[in-house]
Amino acid sequence: MQYNLLNKNQLNDLISFLAREQKVVAPVAQGLNNYAFTEIKNGIQATLNYIPTTLPPKKYFMPQRETLATYDTTQGQNMDPVVEHEKVALFGVHTCDLAGIQCLNMVFSEKPKDQNYLARKNAITIIGYECNAYCDRFASCRLVHNHTPNGGYDLFMTNLGDKFILHVNTPAGEKIIERSHLFSLAAKADLAALERLRQKKREIFEKNEIPIEHEKIPELFDKSYQSKVWADLDKRCVACGNCTNVCPSCYCFDVIDEPNLDLTTGRRYRQWDSCQNETFAKVAGGENFRKERGARQRHRYYRKFRFPIEKFSRFFCTGCGRCSRACMAKIDLKETLVSLIKEQGMENPNAGRQSTIAEKPATF
Amino acid sequence: MNTKSPYQIKIGKILSVKQMTSMEKMFEIALPGEDLSHAPGQFVEVSLLGIGEAPLSVSSSPTKQGSFELVVRKVGKLTGALHKLKAGDEVGIRGPFGQGFPVRILEGNDLLFVAGGLGIVPLRSLINFVIGNRKNFGKVDILLGCRNPKEMLFHEELAGWKERLDVNFNCTVDKADPDWKGNVGLITSLIPGVTLDSERTFAVVVGPPIMYKFVIMKLLDKNIPERQILISLERHMKCGLGKCGHCQIGNTYCCQDGPVFTYEKVKAIGGAI
Repeated sequence: MQYNLLNKNQLNDLISFLAREQKVVAPVAQGLNNYAFTEIKNGIQATLNYIPTTLPPKKYFMPQRETLATYDTTQGQNMDPVVEHEKVALFGVHTCDLAGIQCLNMVFSEKPKDQNYLARKNAITIIGYECNAYCDRFASCRLVHNHTPNGGYDLFMTNLGDKFILHVNTPAGEKIIERSHLFSLAAKADLAALERLRQKKREIFEKNEIPIEHEKIPELFDKSYQSKVWADLDKRCVACGNCTNVCPSCYCFDVIDEPNLDLTTGRRYRQWDSCQNETFAKVAGGENFRKERGARQRHRYYRKFRFPIEKFSRFFCTGCGRCSRACMAKIDLKETLVSLIKEQGMENPNAGRQSTIAEKPATF
Repeated sequence: MNTKSPYQIKIGKILSVKQMTSMEKMFEIALPGEDLSHAPGQFVEVSLLGIGEAPLSVSSSPTKQGSFELVVRKVGKLTGALHKLKAGDEVGIRGPFGQGFPVRILEGNDLLFVAGGLGIVPLRSLINFVIGNRKNFGKVDILLGCRNPKEMLFHEELAGWKERLDVNFNCTVDKADPDWKGNVGLITSLIPGVTLDSERTFAVVVGPPIMYKFVIMKLLDKNIPERQILISLERHMKCGLGKCGHCQIGNTYCCQDGPVFTYEKVKAIGGAI
């Protein structure tokens, strides 16, 4: 059976069960409209109705700083690679963030494989949580088809009002169901309730947030390399790198050595970097291949909407809206796309209404 | 810990250090017990633990066994520290990385080498490979340009290439000094004078970013097909593994898909040239 039920008053028991075997992290309210994935000890601490957390769950897959090696130069160049991981259960991950994790999985599984990432990934259990409506105006999950679950989780919870219904996607998910003894099998009526909820979602997410068909986005970007929109962003962007830090599919990094005070031992670590930083594409000879902020913003948009299509057959924008929420200069992803669309005369106000990609039914 | 971390370095022993110009030194490095086994045009990541890591192209031909050579201009933190090293010191090496020059495809064809400034450093790997396997290649022309005579590298080797009857060598400087008796002018000024059969000529171009556009224009004037113009693009190849993002050009990662590309492949990629 792929669907199970959890009573609402047993959520706490589920968290306690998970916490016995690993660190459990979930979205926790951090003041007005701010949420963060944080370690919790019981279910009361978690917030399930949240707008996307300030940082996406990528911080558990590739921490802001991650040691790659320790070294000792007392007798030459001696280095010991380090692969760190810890058992973590990610609880309450929205579908946009599941998509972000799927993007990162593809990047770091590609050869040459990234052992540091994969070790962490293999130690993480993911329990997704469905959004029954829009979180806020910045989201564009419908456009990139991430408003409904597309895998990438072990268990996936949907709130049916008085109870949760859970889709079991992996053996790890199945184990939780079996060993926690908290679940009961979903009945036909529960599946029907899930289907009704998804039907209602189809009405809420009735069309793309941005007037363009999903399939037309690569063409839009093929035409937009010389767009005036980038010149506009050039004037507005302050190159702070917020947009890439908060992006669930941005993974660029820098590799840095940090000597200890003895100056002979130390560590080599990687740290999140941003293509928005001025020196990101600069080479030793002095040439900077993306000197202007507009060129760097353009690069970011192409990395979300154009480049990954050929390599990974998917958009790397997850529709979470974080870049727009975090931008100090109010550069808004939805507005940028609308400007590009208008410039190319590709506006289609009904885009997505009859999507060519069929919605998945609730029973797989 | 038993891991196959792609960040693990191999120990490189410096066999010799040679001052080339006021800014460049050549390091001869051996990996104890093994050859680097690189292809001409590939690069390595060179480490000094506690200081950092930087991508450097291999300057020696794979025909040279037992050791390899790096020519390093002192421009930053790591290269500054490298310049302080002497024979017997150790460096960390990862690699070789990237796609080098397609030697198998070049075989049987005429070659026109165009090197600007430090471009001769990676190109020397292929030139010496070709000279080492001379009968496998057709006509060979080498054009070299640099800013002034003092910056010219590999004086003795250049003299050797010049003397060979099976290699046409020509060089120019942007600005002469009183002792200079050769050509004065940009590297592009040497291209029209080369006689070539465009159908069977591969042009191999390495130089500073600014050079490519102008040299390629001259090569296209000579009717060399776009897929027969090979270039090596300079980017900051930080991780060498196609992940960190620094060397990305459009959809390609220079460290994995390059640094050697055909002009045909990159001409439409915004920001490549």
